[in-house]
Amino acid sequence: MKVAIIKYNAGNIQSVTFALERIGVNPIITDNADEILSADKIIFPGVGEASSAMTYLRNNNLDKLIVSLKQPTLGICLGMQLMCNHSEEGDTNCLGIFDSSVKKFDYEKQQENTLKVPQIGWNTIYNLNSKLFNKIKENEYMYFVHSYYVEKSNDMIATTNYGIEYSSALQKNNFYAVQFHPEKSSDAGQQIMQNFIAL
Amino acid sequence: MLTKRIIPCLDIKDGRTVKGINFENIRDAGDPVELAIEYAKQGADELVFLDITATNEKRKTLSELVTRIAKHINIPFTVGGGISSIEDVSVLLKAGADKVSINTSAYKNPQLIKELANQFGSQCIVLAIDTKFENNDWFVYLNGGKVKTETTTVSWAKKAVELGAGEILLTSMNNDGTKNGFANDITKRISEQVNVPIIASGGAGKMEHFADAFLEGKADAALAASVFHYKEINIQDLKKYLSNKKIAIRI
Repeated sequence: MKVAIIKYNAGNIQSVTFALERIGVNPIITDNADEILSADKIIFPGVGEASSAMTYLRNNNLDKLIVSLKQPTLGICLGMQLMCNHSEEGDTNCLGIFDSSVKKFDYEKQQENTLKVPQIGWNTIYNLNSKLFNKIKENEYMYFVHSYYVEKSNDMIATTNYGIEYSSALQKNNFYAVQFHPEKSSDAGQQIMQNFIAL
Repeated sequence: MLTKRIIPCLDIKDGRTVKGINFENIRDAGDPVELAIEYAKQGADELVFLDITATNEKRKTLSELVTRIAKHINIPFTVGGGISSIEDVSVLLKAGADKVSINTSAYKNPQLIKELANQFGSQCIVLAIDTKFENNDWFVYLNGGKVKTETTTVSWAKKAVELGAGEILLTSMNNDGTKNGFANDITKRISEQVNVPIIASGGAGKMEHFADAFLEGKADAALAASVFHYKEINIQDLKKYLSNKKIAIRI
């Protein structure tokens, strides 16, 4: 099993690497097209800002490469958002794998019980509908850190509520994406990583 | 629904946990990694490691420890203590920390918050404030509570959030070590005036103090050290207690 983590200018690659090592997988971290194309599974992680990440991907020809992948590919957090059509963050055109838009949680105008932005912490995922969530129970807790969210869509395989309901996971053909951090979501998150590797 | 977080804090000196007693199922409570694994098993939502040596020559020891922690635990953790530059933060994040906390260095150079937020994202920049109530208001203290400033805690918190702090870790020096409960008044004031999560710290003695911090103090998370360290409160029991009080908690 060859697992590649796509290397670009967005963080949390180390955490994803360690999480894979805990389930017995030793990933390669690379931005080399041949290495990525020859992998069995690909992870597209990300903590960072959308427009600078997209610029980096385009400048390094990783944008076309990611869209062309045929292997199971998992986007995490910013990785998920970049796989959508467009993000409000920096008014950025993204990869367009998922026909969804990325919007900002906008709660600053409310007075009473204002929700904090970013959402930081453990929230539930429900309406689970994918092999990615084998052995994961409805309303399981996952760790989220984000200010932007993906709207509900036809590709939605998990839903979360933070003031509004949004897509906390998407799937289309070989492309999977999660807004939460499975690599930081305790044993349940580890199960999701295992499920992805087992696809 | 987003849950309230319970965060044990581990004080680290020369790569070892300060004080503390052994849990039955771990060999060495002085090993931060073993203690961290135990807390994660009990259901801790996050961990904070505060390096109280934090001198330059110890930096390498700390980053090696951070990597060891990141390899072994599967929940998020923050590292703090003596962090004063972009380089310090970069080393710790690369080593595997999810967030860093900054305190005195941010007060002395507020632009540091902005630079760190721009480079690494607000989500990994926790601003720690040590605060003390005197002359009818809460004031910011520096250098581990040794140096008083004339800045009110509310004004500093607001400014820091404008600059890009992603969370505030608020420690009340009046309450810290008393075991009489958290400083819910100032916690509530900050929580209502800034739009980032607030972590209440200082004063935890009983389980009801955590409930008060969430219900009265409107805290998003509560941090404690000794009650967990000395096994006075088990995290799992605490979370069941809070859940029974209808507080949103991950069980």
